[in-house]
Amino acid sequence: MSRWFSRNLIRIYAALALIYLFIPVGYTMAFSFNDAGKRNINWQGFTLDNWKNPCGAPDICVALGNSLKIGFLSTFIATILGTMIAFALGRYKFRGRSATNLLIFLPMATPEIVMGASLLAMFVNMNVNTGFWTTVIAHIMFCISFVVVTVKARVASLDPKLEEAARDLYANEYETFRRVTFPLVLPGIAAAALLAFSLSFDDFIITNFNSGTITTFPKFIWISSIRGVPAQANVIGTAMFLIALTIVIAGQVVGNAKAKKRR
Amino acid sequence: MVDLAASATGDLQLRNIRKEFGDFVAVDDLNLTIPKGSFFALLGPSGCGKTTTLRMIAGLEEPTSGTIAVGDTDITYSKPYRRPVNTVFQNYALFPHLTIFENVAFGLRRRGIKDVKEAVEKVLALVELGHLKDRKPGQLSGGQQQRIAVARAIVNRPALLLLDEPLGALDLKLRRQMQIELKWIQTEVGITFVHVTHDQEEAMTMADTIAVMNKGRIEQMGSPVDLYENPETVFVANFLGQSNLIKATVGTNSGAETSVDVQGARIILPTSRNRSAKSSVLVGIRPEKINIHAAGTSTGKNALHDGVVTDISFVGVSTQYQVEMPWKQELMVFEQNDGGAANIRKGDRVTLSWEPNFTFALDSED
Ligand SMILES: Nc1ncnc2c1ncn2[C@@H]1O[C@H](COP(=O)(O)OP(=O)(O)OP(=O)(O)O)[C@@H](O)[C@H]1O
Ligand SMILES: [Mg+2]
Repeated sequence: MSRWFSRNLIRIYAALALIYLFIPVGYTMAFSFNDAGKRNINWQGFTLDNWKNPCGAPDICVALGNSLKIGFLSTFIATILGTMIAFALGRYKFRGRSATNLLIFLPMATPEIVMGASLLAMFVNMNVNTGFWTTVIAHIMFCISFVVVTVKARVASLDPKLEEAARDLYANEYETFRRVTFPLVLPGIAAAALLAFSLSFDDFIITNFNSGTITTFPKFIWISSIRGVPAQANVIGTAMFLIALTIVIAGQVVGNAKAKKRR
Repeated sequence: MVDLAASATGDLQLRNIRKEFGDFVAVDDLNLTIPKGSFFALLGPSGCGKTTTLRMIAGLEEPTSGTIAVGDTDITYSKPYRRPVNTVFQNYALFPHLTIFENVAFGLRRRGIKDVKEAVEKVLALVELGHLKDRKPGQLSGGQQQRIAVARAIVNRPALLLLDEPLGALDLKLRRQMQIELKWIQTEVGITFVHVTHDQEEAMTMADTIAVMNKGRIEQMGSPVDLYENPETVFVANFLGQSNLIKATVGTNSGAETSVDVQGARIILPTSRNRSAKSSVLVGIRPEKINIHAAGTSTGKNALHDGVVTDISFVGVSTQYQVEMPWKQELMVFEQNDGGAANIRKGDRVTLSWEPNFTFALDSED
């Protein structure tokens, strides 16, 4: 008995850790099938109604739509701007480069509550009405740092000899970037974009300060949690989780298949 | 637009090339002419400026001053992609995200050639790696990657192929094999090869002409035989093979022959082989040119007496003796194991002798 125990200690530990991590997810999933009515806190019985009608709760899909729009827009802009900054920092020597390197880290280190409040103060001072666009601006701002850091790591690991080889093989500056530099940095850019989207979609604190009357998905849940979160929120949460999981697994499967084919 | 640089052919000429990195002079007043179609080796110790020279020829580095020309076309400041030059990089630099086929096709496609299949497959067959064309570089062995790097360059039929120590990462056996293959490819495709190496044996076996480089300058240039038999500087004498260099004072000069005084012994050499104008010189003799005898039985014209054998090592084709001379200098002697070897043991007193024609004299380095 004790030998079996010591031999399987790591497995037991891993299982416990995974259970710990996935209990909230499992709970969310289970309660997306709850026949809850108003308050989705106690188990009232199994139903598929919530899944059949995810927009059933008032305004939930408006909030989700806002979150997706804000997420895509700020991801798109932050990825482009951040990638350009990452190339500048990773490739060129210019005055103030090390200062820029440091400043790029600041938004990541600043507490969100401070950043959210200061941004709001700034918008108010400038007489800007907070709403959709102020939220986008705020999201771009905190996403850029993460994009820069992620892409810069990829740029730094790129062997400059490869670009020299391309130029040696008749590729001009543009072709070198398009055929060699960009494809090699692309995985870093993609990772940065995914990160930026999940940060934006998830953000509550800064959004709460700067979104005015616009409701995002996290804000919707926060507001409705006072009266009781509708089961549709669990449906959408579960769906997001499953979509992300599918993407990851698909990526793995495709990668493995490619690796197998090459052999 | 007619692109002169890209279609230039002819001899490669470097004129008064100098390259500084800040205060540091990496290449100093370099003058070279590399004839079209030759296999040229640039040989020198680490840090002497070989890679820097190649990078200037390829256009990846701009010379501080001087000119580079292919035939009559000045390419000193042409962009790298406008030069009739391709490089095989020291670490291959194959594109990791492209297949072997696309790696090799890269240069052709960039020049707007649509139908690349035939040319690529032909060159892959030449390096005997056609069956790997769908793989990625990461799935190839070091030797295979090296051959792809060569294929990727020669498929473009450049006027000039630059090879920067392409065999450095290979083990000895593969290295020998690749040396033979490269030499064969060069004769096959007939383009000028400039091969950088710090392996003197590699340079000697492959090149038509070797330039020995030291501290950013060319010390001497010539055929392998010429460099070995007639070194002009102490550096070359020691870098290519081994040499015995002995301090001597120049004595009489009778036109064709010069005699020098080595610790009291009279040594004769052809006047043409005295590279020094000074009275104090270093007399040189290659170890394999010396005969070793029991004391007093010398026959050769040039002889040094009273040596003591301090070490003998048998290396198969030859036996190597280390002989300490009365003035406490160790000399090396290589004797062929052709059955006629003298029966000499460690501690024996010996006489060393050789033909005057094999003797040379150099400026002492200090
Ligand atoms: N970009 C650079 N900045 C400053 N110094 C440099 C630079 N590139 C090369 N050097 C210096 O120039 C000298 C010659 O370098 P180079 O790379 O040409 O040597 P090499 O002959 O190719 O040596 P190796 O056999 O080790 O490759 C070295 O002392 C090196 O430190
Ligand atoms: Mg080098």
